[in-house]
Amino acid sequence: MPTELTLDDLTTLLRECAGEDETVNLDGDVLDKTFTELNYDSLAVLQTTGKIEREYGLTIDEDAVNDAQTPRQYLAVVNAAFSDDRAASA
Amino acid sequence: MTARAGRTAADTASQPQPTTTPPVVTGIGVAAPNGFGREEWWRATLAGESGIRAISRFEADQYPARLAGEIRDFDPTGHTPGRLMPQTDHVTRLALAVADEALADADVDTSALPDYAAGVVTASSAGGFEFGQRELQALWSKGGKYVSAYQSFAWFYAVNTGQISIRHGLRGPSGVLVTEQAGGLDAVAQARRQVVRKGIRLVVTGGVESALCPWGWAAQLADGRLSTVDDPGRAYLPFSADASGHVAGEGGALLVVEDAAAARERGADTYGTIAGYAATFDPAPGREDGGSRLRDAAELALSDAGLSAADVDVVFADAAGGIAADRSEARTLAALFGPNAVPVTAPKTMTGRLSAGAASLDLAAALLSLRDQVIPPTVNVDGPAPGLAIDLVTGKPRPATLRTALVLARGRGGFNAAMVVRVPG
Repeated sequence: MPTELTLDDLTTLLRECAGEDETVNLDGDVLDKTFTELNYDSLAVLQTTGKIEREYGLTIDEDAVNDAQTPRQYLAVVNAAFSDDRAASA
Repeated sequence: MTARAGRTAADTASQPQPTTTPPVVTGIGVAAPNGFGREEWWRATLAGESGIRAISRFEADQYPARLAGEIRDFDPTGHTPGRLMPQTDHVTRLALAVADEALADADVDTSALPDYAAGVVTASSAGGFEFGQRELQALWSKGGKYVSAYQSFAWFYAVNTGQISIRHGLRGPSGVLVTEQAGGLDAVAQARRQVVRKGIRLVVTGGVESALCPWGWAAQLADGRLSTVDDPGRAYLPFSADASGHVAGEGGALLVVEDAAAARERGADTYGTIAGYAATFDPAPGREDGGSRLRDAAELALSDAGLSAADVDVVFADAAGGIAADRSEARTLAALFGPNAVPVTAPKTMTGRLSAGAASLDLAAALLSLRDQVIPPTVNVDGPAPGLAIDLVTGKPRPATLRTALVLARGRGGFNAAMVVRVPG
């Protein structure tokens, strides 16, 4: 079981869950781009979050994830959930 | 034109103005079982090529009806943006491709139109059924967490309207009509209202339908009117003595309906005018004043167009494919026009009945008939059943002088719609 989510993992999941805008290069330097700039709306993020929760058995803080504007901020929220999960099962 | 009371000339200059001129059709897009794209479908239609075959999209052996009009030559990835793939049902991918064709045909730059000057009005009976089935399966087999967030709108009747509107920035008055088979005309009539009464510049309108999945099929079967004949050449024989119900299909047409003056100003080519329309509703079955109100719809549509029955050069029939429904429609036509007095055709014998897509496709056929001065045939039917006094165009296309076409549609539950289209000018 992975213990954290990388940017590569996230872009793979975004592609799978919400598709990819032809005008955006997800393999480029996207860590600090906003989801809006990447052409992902709130439903796209919601769909991706649902997938991460199912896949990794995590519960992700809904308010914190809604506040995450960029992949960097989003990964911080998800990886906080990973450490909470580890702490809970330790 | 005079300014309305209470408004200054400057106010009204910036306001959309109502008009009395019927709007024109400047673009047509088509996806049909016998041809993808307007001209390919029209070529196949005149050649009498049917798209009705054994169902391939799902395992249909266990169902009593096993034929459908399936669109086989559509690759959604070539037409649907990547972002839209996870959030769209098959029907919406079809509708987006058809809308692209219609707008390209109209050769109009929608991005140059004023905001709110253009809208989208489509018809739908099922919405995104296949998508909905998949998510319902996820819900009951795995739980709510497994249901796509996009289920919130991907199943919805209005989803084609919404996605077309977003893709082309058409933010004017928009909506969806849900009147089963009559929807393909009712939607275009609503588009016409927006242009004529509200001064809207153009509307993308019509219907595209697809529900070829087990859930959709179960709904179609419950309706009780599907033919259970397995021979594609014998299953859907409207007006025939051997009529046994209809075959269902997928697809439809979208039209660009445009303000006549605006179209003229930009030098647009037009297929024809939406000259008249009316809708009626049948009384409840069993009532003493019962019976079809299709004739009322046709007469009111002609009167709306300022025409009489003698002006009609061809009728695109609803062609239900059931003995009683066909007899009722044939009687209506004979009473309205006189026995065998006007050519009647049902090119939907090559596609199956397309729910909300059907009448829009008939409207497209009517407009291309006016363009090419030829009536497409009704296939597989040798001739009308004894006692049906209609001049059914069978076997091959019939060249004719055509100025005015009448399109009829009946929707399950009592909906009747009639629309009159005329050659431009």
